[in-house]
Amino acid sequence: MAQITLKNLAHSYLPNPQAEADFALKEMDHVWQDGGAYALLGSSGCGKTTLLNIISGIVRPSHGRVLFGARDVTDEETAARNIAQVFQFPVVYDTMTVRENLAFPLRNRGMDAAYIAARVAHIAQMIGMEDRLNRKARGLTADAKQKISLGRGMVREDVNAILFDEPLTVIDPHMKWELRTQLKQLHRQLGHTMIYVTHDQTEALTFADKVVVMYDGRVVQIGTPEELFETPAHTFVGYFIGSPGMNLMEAKITGNRAHLNGCEVPLGTSYAPVAGRSQIGIRPEYCSLTSGAGLPVTLRRVEDVGRHRIIRADLFGQAFNLIAPEGMAIDADMTRVVFAPDKINVFADDWRVAAQAGGAV
Amino acid sequence: MDKTQNNKAWFLVLPVLVIVAFSAVIPLMTVVNYSVNDTFGENEFFWNGLGWFEDMIASDRMHSALGRQVLFSAIILAIEVPLGIFIALHMPKKGFWASFCLVLMALPLLIPFNVVGTIWQIFGRVDIGLLGHGLASIGVDYNYTNDALDAWITIIVMDVWHWTSLVALLCYAGLQSIPQAYYQAARIDQASRWSVFRFIELPKMSGVLLIAVLLRFMDSFMIYTEPFVVTGGGPGNSTTFLSIDLVKMAVGQFDLGPAAAFSIMYFLVILLVSWVFYTVMTTLDNAETK
Repeated sequence: MAQITLKNLAHSYLPNPQAEADFALKEMDHVWQDGGAYALLGSSGCGKTTLLNIISGIVRPSHGRVLFGARDVTDEETAARNIAQVFQFPVVYDTMTVRENLAFPLRNRGMDAAYIAARVAHIAQMIGMEDRLNRKARGLTADAKQKISLGRGMVREDVNAILFDEPLTVIDPHMKWELRTQLKQLHRQLGHTMIYVTHDQTEALTFADKVVVMYDGRVVQIGTPEELFETPAHTFVGYFIGSPGMNLMEAKITGNRAHLNGCEVPLGTSYAPVAGRSQIGIRPEYCSLTSGAGLPVTLRRVEDVGRHRIIRADLFGQAFNLIAPEGMAIDADMTRVVFAPDKINVFADDWRVAAQAGGAV
Repeated sequence: MDKTQNNKAWFLVLPVLVIVAFSAVIPLMTVVNYSVNDTFGENEFFWNGLGWFEDMIASDRMHSALGRQVLFSAIILAIEVPLGIFIALHMPKKGFWASFCLVLMALPLLIPFNVVGTIWQIFGRVDIGLLGHGLASIGVDYNYTNDALDAWITIIVMDVWHWTSLVALLCYAGLQSIPQAYYQAARIDQASRWSVFRFIELPKMSGVLLIAVLLRFMDSFMIYTEPFVVTGGGPGNSTTFLSIDLVKMAVGQFDLGPAAAFSIMYFLVILLVSWVFYTVMTTLDNAETK
């Protein structure tokens, strides 16, 4: 087990990268805590799999170093790094039994037979497959196979980290939930550093203590689910996290007021003059419809999703979502929307702007 | 899960049955007709019952032809299958050289059988052939026309040259279907090269390998054109395989009855062996699932 340090890490698949656009992974500098559960979240092609492969040693970074604890592993082979990885599709050795599958990584490292037997029994019990140890892996269902992959990853006690590359893609929805819960539980029991790549925000937010959001080859924010929700560091985090995502609007900021299309919106705090393209972002959860004062909206449709309703609307010709609590009556004269002032985030050129020191109203 | 049984589905097979009847079954019946009759031409037939079959089963000539045939097929399979796997494992996986190798490998498969025979017949000649003359000039006593062993070696090398590509290409296709993640997982598990082959590559290839073995068995067991062109079955009878002997008997000696009886048994042997192959290999496969 080890803390993972990414030192000035960057990667390009081109031999001679010049511009920033040539890099699949832009330069980053991060320390990931030992024993943490991290989720790498981002849309397809944002570089999260590249980053994972760099950590596992399948890809050698073109720039920067990777450190496990104090040891520089940048030039080490996958096998030497002592990590485990679970892939998107279950990787099991078909012709082996479940038991042989679980024992394989230990046997290849020449462990002693009694130790292997004990370890396999322990892992089998954790993944709930004790009764199927003597079956061939071939005939098993996808989720059972994925559990074996998982088990093979955890069978070694000395791994530095366990990496998951979208491991629940092929699993049925109800099994997904179960496996995710199991993973979380295993993390608590074993205390390994776990890194979980996914494009599914629910998976990321439920699995991880810290979510690493990636966008366009860059880590845009590392934070707890709550931080990502309340104070997204980048507009991408705003609209990628949440369902529906954050509403973003062009606005001019002066002190504790935002001006959009001639209307004035009070902000919870004051801001220094904002340079570049300025936007305000508000989560649909913090908007409410009113018949009183507010910004004029045109309602398009109301989607009832059970616990609440999503209202799709237009605000100054731009799509705008808000969430209304269950049971709230929506009247025809409710054509205005108000924002909770302290829930409004301000962005300059897509990056969040911190409030001016002592600027709270 | 229980499937609904509906035997009306057999009607869907009917068109194929009709076509196969005209292309195979009816012509085969002519052979059956010859095999139980004796004829001196003029479409006059005399009933002979199973006489020809009894003769053929007891015939030394047929026994030795069968022996040569089995030996030939066994050697062919023993060389081509491992060699094909070996080549497939070492072919480039992508890029220009992958396409280049594929084309190169496919070339021998595209050459007509009699042309293959002619190529090797000339190639091996001691007077003008590159191989034959080359060997002679470095002092190797090689002559496929009067040395049985040389004739065998020539025919086996020719068959390996002609058909190993088939096994290699089938295995290559099987290997290409293995996702990269398997190799990565194996690396993480610190599997040895042998383990990767034994537990990842071989199981994934087993399906195509079964087809390859079946095809190579059937083809080599029926081989006719190439040895006929190269050695004509000689020297003596040393490379007279079943089909060559059969043609000699039917067309050369005009012994239509015995030849027909023999070709039916020949057909049944191939059918039986193929069936046994297939059944054994698929049940082995299923047994592993349990």
